[in-house]
Amino acid sequence: MTNHWRDFKNSDVILVIGANPAENHPCGWKWAHVGRDERGTRIIHVDPRFTRTSAIADVFVPIRAGTDVAFFAGLINYVLENELHQEDYVKLHTNASFIVSEDFTFDDGLFSGYDEAERTYDSSSWDYERDEEKAEGEEGPDPGLGQGTSPGAAAFAKVDPTLADPRCVFRLMKEHYRRYTPAMVSQITGIPEDKFLRVAEEFCSTGTADRAGSVVYAVGLTHHTSGVQIIRGAGILQLLLGNVGIPGGGVNAERGHANIQGNTDNAISWEILPGYLAIPRAGMETLDDYVEQIPAKALRPESINYFGSNYKKFLVSLLKAWFGDEATEGNDFAYTWLPKPAQNSSWLTIHDEARAGRLDGIIYGGFTGVTVGPDSTRMAESLGNLRWMVIMDPLPTSASEFWRAPGVDPASVQTEALFLPTTHWIEKSGSFTNSGRWAQWKHAVLPAEGEIRDDNWVLGSVYQELKRLYEDEGGAFPDPLLALRWPYSDPLNPPLEELAKEVNGVDLTTGEQLPSFAELADDGTTSSGNWIYAGSWTEEGNQMDRRGTEDPTGLGFFPEWCWSWPLNRRILYNRASADGEGRPWDPTRPGIQWNGSAWTGDVPDFPADSDPADGQGAFIMTGEGVGRLFAPLTLTTDGPFPEHYEQTESPIHNLVSSIRRNPVTFLYEGAPASFAEDDSEYPYVATTYRVTEHEHYVTQNVPYLVETMPDFFVELPVELAAEKGIDNGSQVRVRSKRGEVVGVAMVTKRMRPLRVGDGKVVYQVGIPVHWHYAGGKGEGSQAPMMANLLTPYIGDANVRTPEYKGFLVNVEKA
Amino acid sequence: MPELSRRQFLQGTAGVAGGAVGLAAFGFDAEAAIREVRSTRIEQATETRTLCPYCAVGCSMLAYTIGGSSSNTHPVLVHIEGDPDSPINEGTLCPKGASTLQLAVNAKRAKYPMYRQPGGDQWERISWDDAVGKMARWMKDSRDEHFTETDEDGNTVNRQTGFSFLGGATISNEEGYLTAKLMRALGTVYLEQQARV
Repeated sequence: MTNHWRDFKNSDVILVIGANPAENHPCGWKWAHVGRDERGTRIIHVDPRFTRTSAIADVFVPIRAGTDVAFFAGLINYVLENELHQEDYVKLHTNASFIVSEDFTFDDGLFSGYDEAERTYDSSSWDYERDEEKAEGEEGPDPGLGQGTSPGAAAFAKVDPTLADPRCVFRLMKEHYRRYTPAMVSQITGIPEDKFLRVAEEFCSTGTADRAGSVVYAVGLTHHTSGVQIIRGAGILQLLLGNVGIPGGGVNAERGHANIQGNTDNAISWEILPGYLAIPRAGMETLDDYVEQIPAKALRPESINYFGSNYKKFLVSLLKAWFGDEATEGNDFAYTWLPKPAQNSSWLTIHDEARAGRLDGIIYGGFTGVTVGPDSTRMAESLGNLRWMVIMDPLPTSASEFWRAPGVDPASVQTEALFLPTTHWIEKSGSFTNSGRWAQWKHAVLPAEGEIRDDNWVLGSVYQELKRLYEDEGGAFPDPLLALRWPYSDPLNPPLEELAKEVNGVDLTTGEQLPSFAELADDGTTSSGNWIYAGSWTEEGNQMDRRGTEDPTGLGFFPEWCWSWPLNRRILYNRASADGEGRPWDPTRPGIQWNGSAWTGDVPDFPADSDPADGQGAFIMTGEGVGRLFAPLTLTTDGPFPEHYEQTESPIHNLVSSIRRNPVTFLYEGAPASFAEDDSEYPYVATTYRVTEHEHYVTQNVPYLVETMPDFFVELPVELAAEKGIDNGSQVRVRSKRGEVVGVAMVTKRMRPLRVGDGKVVYQVGIPVHWHYAGGKGEGSQAPMMANLLTPYIGDANVRTPEYKGFLVNVEKA
Repeated sequence: MPELSRRQFLQGTAGVAGGAVGLAAFGFDAEAAIREVRSTRIEQATETRTLCPYCAVGCSMLAYTIGGSSSNTHPVLVHIEGDPDSPINEGTLCPKGASTLQLAVNAKRAKYPMYRQPGGDQWERISWDDAVGKMARWMKDSRDEHFTETDEDGNTVNRQTGFSFLGGATISNEEGYLTAKLMRALGTVYLEQQARV
């Protein structure tokens, strides 16, 4: 989230899309209710299903699953056609005025540079006009490895502050989105045109300085082959309306696991190192190569480019935390020891490698590939092709038991496996970081019973054993492993408090805990395991364990409750909450403001003493210094502006271009044969979801929750049920081209038939994900009840998040 | 008025609601009854602050345990409730958070390490020494077999593609950080968690 849970109460309008927070995040979502009661916050809900969130919304709009880009594109068009954008904000805080290269084109669904054979773009034309030629020797884009490379050379971009130039971002954007008229959006999404216009009018009313609108979504919005572009669409809309950086505004992702935010920050993700530093690529032989090619360069004279300019300090401090005295200036701070991936290595790829027999082993630490899917049958095949598998978990999972799943003969599965019983959250201390980036410390409540051991004990013990093996036997390049800094008081079970201090960082000359990442150096005199957590455990102690309940501004920042990254800042990009003179756009709702000598309010996302008269750019993390309406070069693989394509499986052709599917999605071996090419056999659109009584799969082990929500069910419209003769409460079978599930039919008016295209009626079916064979009612049952038996093995064009939403099925009486 | 703690307040209202006032009107000495309702199941318990393990709202919780201070005893978890001081949840919990006691104390929890041999039809109990030994052996053999120091273009890549680690959304920052540190030092590129699901 750019903002945080309690901040919902500061909104005038909240647009919830691809999420059901009243069901799935109720204790955070209640701040929207507080807003409604205290200031009349209006709530708009856009979703394939009428849910508990719809029930308390002022406006509910049903949408065909997977058409969210078109929905946001329609809103962007509505803003631009009706001039509802916050003009001063857009000119000051976005790249609307940047001039785009003459070589950039868009025609019939394709941007310039498309290579049909490779299914990739050469994105070199997706660039700004520069003041001078590019510097010699600049590397081109690297589409195979995805997002995150530096936007080109150091030459500044040309701008036209009047927005009159026909090649400026603002004008190009207006042209691009002109096609997304309310009528077109209605035909694509199935949202009746009058309802779309009502939503547009209501949400786009926040494009004034004194109104704040928030976009709230959950992982469902990302579960599409164009997932990144959907979120970009939300970001563009929010920038146009002046809603980024302000209290009550933002682009707010509600996340599903207790520490999914934290361990993304800590980089259990193939493409990053802690603190969102890019994993180096083959060819970046030295630290200098990396620093030359990865960090953003300032694209405007007024750009602070804080991230780009300090990247080396963050990486060197990380290497000092990992390799200590072994990381020296002489060996490039052990930079070469960092692995350089050969290809996208996301978890779809990992399981594909396993399926192909190229991967020996998987260690699952609280993760279960089979139920997570997609295409659970294919996932189980992948696990069956492994030589070994290690499960670290408190409870049995669908993965730990896959070799004796319904219909599987254990004798046919050769995978050797270990189940290692690990501690629950309640048996140890440590911090969780919530969706709003608040890192909160917890204390151990219980000791572990019997032979149950901490996750860290497993890691620590295995590390010591590996060290012993490499010292005794030798083996492949043991240097980084043997040099790894492991200074913990219990090497077999590194204490979490010591790790938290290491993550924060230390001044290696004084030995003191660092107060801020501003103190980090690139000469090896500081260490920090994750620069964005610098300040979380200082000389004053563990800031994440703070319990102060003061709210000095009344806006809900609670600056002394726990600690939020970065630097205890509660709203990201908050410099954009003020105008060119440093005055809040809305004086009743200031994020930060300039008092003549300093920025006050929230912790400024900006140099605290930078006089607004100096005109430095508000977005210190981008090379542009402003928010990006147009995402240049390799920031995305599939286009600088979000463009609508149909899902991998869809009931209609693309109505805005002749390009049906996202043209650059990666196709895994054998997967396309399992995609339905049209809706002739599988006519209905299915979507998966969660219910409040369950969290993914683990709650199948909790008796109270199994009792309150006992059984797998399928939600389907009354009209469809009547056509198929399916009674409420009877058994229904749902089939996709990949598999089938059988569950209780919940026949409902909550899923309405939608009219799309030239009037075609589309039914949608809803399938919750929680049930499987390793727990609860599913245990010992032969009935197929895993929603992901149905989903297609394909991911987003940028980040490979699977397309769990909006695939095609058929239904029948079971 | 002196400031009442939340629990004093609850106990006071519980006493009133318990009928003490009504009984006094009939001439009974209500003192014993009032003392009786003051005894709650968490009165003797140790209070420890923790967090909800489920979604990423980050609800604070208070957990109550009894016993465990003397040798050879294990504390018993008797109650978990929302922490009213939290500016996020202000004491509320959803159905999942409210039933976390059953997640923590659960008969289905695995109690010791287990091994499944190729083609085997059951888990077999093994010692931690053997489990760690096997795991390290598998990791080393797969790493050694699938380690690339220099790729075909002559670039230094120092990566191992023999095994993968997946997970981390349910463990703390500190455990996740240690995981990333160890896995990257091993040269692991197949490192992922639940962010994409």
